[in-house]
Amino acid sequence: MSAADAAPLDDQRTVVDRATREAGNPELSVAFDMVRRSLPFLPLLILGSAAIWGINGAWSTAYGIAVVLANFVLAAAILAWSARISVVFLAIGAFGGFFIRLSLIFLAVMLVKDAGWVELVPLGLTLIVTHLGLLFWELRYVSATLAYPGLKPATTPLTAD
Amino acid sequence: MSLLATAAIEVAQAVELAADAAESDADPQSVAGASSAGFAYGLAAIGPGIGIGYLVGQAVQAMARQPESAGMVRTTMFLGIAFTEALALIGFVVFILLKFV
Repeated sequence: MSAADAAPLDDQRTVVDRATREAGNPELSVAFDMVRRSLPFLPLLILGSAAIWGINGAWSTAYGIAVVLANFVLAAAILAWSARISVVFLAIGAFGGFFIRLSLIFLAVMLVKDAGWVELVPLGLTLIVTHLGLLFWELRYVSATLAYPGLKPATTPLTAD
Repeated sequence: MSLLATAAIEVAQAVELAADAAESDADPQSVAGASSAGFAYGLAAIGPGIGIGYLVGQAVQAMARQPESAGMVRTTMFLGIAFTEALALIGFVVFILLKFV
């Protein structure tokens, strides 16, 4: 392929990469927002688990919550980091991050499964309930922002035409 | 070629050893439970893998078509990845419950 043939594709890549870079870190904003919004409710989950499975259940639930929150933040960090490089790296980061994070969750559970303070049923339930619960909770805010972008404060001052 | 033949012989020996172990002292129910747990986890990871690949491909295409909407696309892509990953997480929890509880 000659340089002239490659030029339009390179231009397009540059535009897309720049736009991706200039979009900031929306994943990190969403992930930290999730963590912030979840903090008041998570003690209730731990208390509920303690009421059903006892103190070991409470520890297992707390551990599961920590794993889920770390998973969200790690996913967002990988995506934000890879998006700063290029859009191709964003795709690699998304797919590679899936395998890395799944392996880390596997390791995190396998390392503690025989510990005395771990109950596997509350730990497993916490992983699913917290992951889905936080996502649905955050989806309300994200979908509202996307549906009514006019409600967001303008980043640049509006000028009269 | 000989390397392939050696590997094939070693795999066959390993399978034979595993079958012998399963026949001799292991409880058939626990062997079946372990196998199905492994299959459950493996199958549960395939679907989200395909889903995330498709999702990211479409997101990259959307960003290429409309670079100015990259921020919105990345936000929805992140949430989509997290939702798809929930399927793999459910498969993993089913695996640990079948295998260790």
